[in-house]
Amino acid sequence: MKVVVGQGSCGVATGAKKTSAEFEKCIAAAGLSVPVEKTGCVGNCYLEPVVDIYDDADALAVRYVRVQPEKVGEIVEKHLKGGEVVAELAISETDEKFLSSQKRIVLRNAGVINPESIDAYTAVGGYKSIEKALKEMSPEEVIEEIKISGLRGRGGAGFPTWFKWDAARKNRGASKYMVCNADEGDPGAFMDRSVLEGDPHSLLEGMTIGGYAMGANEGVIYVRAEYPLAILRLELAIEQARGKGFLGKNLFGTGFDFDIRIKAGAGAFVCGEETALIASLEGERGMPRLKPPFPAEKGFWQQPTNINNVETFANVPWIIANGGAAFGAVGTDKSKGTKVFALAGKIKKGGLVEVPMGLPLRDVIYGIGDGIKNDKAFKAVQMGGPSGGCIPASLIDTPVDYENITKTGAIVGSGGMIVMDETTCMVDMARYFLDFTRKESCGKCNYCRIGTKRMLEILERITGGEGRDGDIELLTELAEKIKDGSMCGLGQTAPNPVLTTIRYFRNEYEDHIYKKKCTAHSCKALLTFEITDACKGCTLCAKKCPVGAISGETKQKHVIDLDRCIRCGKCEESCKFDAILRD
Amino acid sequence: MCEKNCKGPEADFTALAPVLEKYGGVKGSLITILQKTQDIYGYLSIDAIHYIAAKTGIGPAKIYGVATFYTQFRLKPIGKNLIMLCKGTACHVNGADLIEEAVSEHLGIGDGETTPDGVFTLNNVACLGCCSLAPVMMVKSADGEETFGNLTKDGVKAILKEIGDREKEVAAG
Repeated sequence: MKVVVGQGSCGVATGAKKTSAEFEKCIAAAGLSVPVEKTGCVGNCYLEPVVDIYDDADALAVRYVRVQPEKVGEIVEKHLKGGEVVAELAISETDEKFLSSQKRIVLRNAGVINPESIDAYTAVGGYKSIEKALKEMSPEEVIEEIKISGLRGRGGAGFPTWFKWDAARKNRGASKYMVCNADEGDPGAFMDRSVLEGDPHSLLEGMTIGGYAMGANEGVIYVRAEYPLAILRLELAIEQARGKGFLGKNLFGTGFDFDIRIKAGAGAFVCGEETALIASLEGERGMPRLKPPFPAEKGFWQQPTNINNVETFANVPWIIANGGAAFGAVGTDKSKGTKVFALAGKIKKGGLVEVPMGLPLRDVIYGIGDGIKNDKAFKAVQMGGPSGGCIPASLIDTPVDYENITKTGAIVGSGGMIVMDETTCMVDMARYFLDFTRKESCGKCNYCRIGTKRMLEILERITGGEGRDGDIELLTELAEKIKDGSMCGLGQTAPNPVLTTIRYFRNEYEDHIYKKKCTAHSCKALLTFEITDACKGCTLCAKKCPVGAISGETKQKHVIDLDRCIRCGKCEESCKFDAILRD
Repeated sequence: MCEKNCKGPEADFTALAPVLEKYGGVKGSLITILQKTQDIYGYLSIDAIHYIAAKTGIGPAKIYGVATFYTQFRLKPIGKNLIMLCKGTACHVNGADLIEEAVSEHLGIGDGETTPDGVFTLNNVACLGCCSLAPVMMVKSADGEETFGNLTKDGVKAILKEIGDREKEVAAG
């Protein structure tokens, strides 16, 4: 028997470390000798902290959810000591559906094995794929297997992985490099973090297989500094792999050398672009350069370099173990395999979701995510982050694959899926993303540097109630020019959030500009507050108002002086009778 | 260039010696050196930049260029507790702006500022990757980092009050 506490960043943030410590304390106090282990994130973040109890045959017996430290005593007493399941703390059938409706290839081990133990990884077949590749396959055969699988880059561009490996293999150089892009800079995405924290060895194995295929002897993981736990677990995993001879010289006695090191990024979204990432690896400002030459030809230190994303690499050991055809059988004709999405925003059950490509959006949002928080109306889902777009409720039956999502104007991207309800203003969303891309533009191309700033100013003007006739047309014109005038993906895609919101929610832009109304009642400058007849005259709102804009006698209906009102919403927050009307 | 600014300063940078010994000669290590420097001193002072320049032969202007390009680097000292307030998409739609308002109200500082007593610095960050717990913040101190999720306006004030009280106790001995 053992107790396993989920300790990804989400789990830790909800107190999983305290829960784990409490288990150790209570188990010792009860005179038992049950080991307490840790695992990564299983994905249902909304239920954290998650605790799994394994039976003596090492099979999962019960999953307990939302286990705060104060609940630990009961589980130890009743379950561990008495053998009786604490039913009210166990995961419910509907919550189990969150996981059972998924297809897990990338996340096969996340939340299952102890990420800090290499033995846990080898026990589930870990490092068998690299052994198979090295001993039984030529590099060309590895590339062929990846080609059969149809695996495409999961970082956003969706470029066939085998093609990049093959190009890097064919180019000659004094040394070659296999680089992993773990700089998950897309706000609202945490798929890679989960793999790094929950199954770091699968990334190392995938990179080693790729290194063998392209003929590289050195791997570098470029990981963002904002993920301290991921860096810690990667460092540990690399050390363990070296200790077992899975990294280093003469792997499995085949004469193949491969080692991996970590390079911590320093926070720049543009470093997701591969030439910028390479500049950053070399210690420079992360600014992109023109392609060609492609990194496969001249990359890190001018040598042939291949760059893939974490999720792409995590698929590789599975493909080698199970065959490319098995992977290709999952998904659609052109988009093979699964994709991990970070489901968040106004969703009831947020977390990490891995589904076969081609599943309709509805199945993800309602089937797995259980619909919208507080049963509000679903308005849109944002996919692809600052490079992507908003897909409206009317397109909820769109299959999630590269081709169909691109048709909507959004992109699959790295996998961020932010759900929005009726209270989210779409113009404000566009403003939010432009504010992000404007800050993150490296400044090399004029259109990206100045154009995004001008677009942001227009959007700020619209959400600030100063929108003018012609602003929508001006935004569209600027958007097209920025797309054409920018060298890298950041600038070329920066206008997408604006273009998709204009395409699907033009009425909201028009309401802001012409009627001076925010459809979602969220843009401060366009709000009005009014006190309704439900007011009991309790005077609380008048006391809370920071500018003294509310007046009235005790037990009489109060009134807001709109000229003095600063629209802070404090009255609405404080009112116990729902008597404040926001319009 | 001026003699005064380009010469190695008199400040004590002995703690940097092992870092420069390990990375000084490895090409492409500038970012790593700056990260380690910031880990030691909390920020990159102009003196530190000149010192690194003198020891590595990399021009101070270039180091300054790299230091200002990446959001991780700070050129000013920070408080004992660095509040990294997440402004990612999920946090944005779940009211991160309201949380920022509450933090500013409680501490009297805005993004990038430090409280006069040097206890808190507020930094808005792009995304902490804990999107299901939005809105989120991470507080980094000498004791490590702690992440707080599902924040509310009152909740965040309570957390900051607790940290502030703890710091006062420490200060009082």
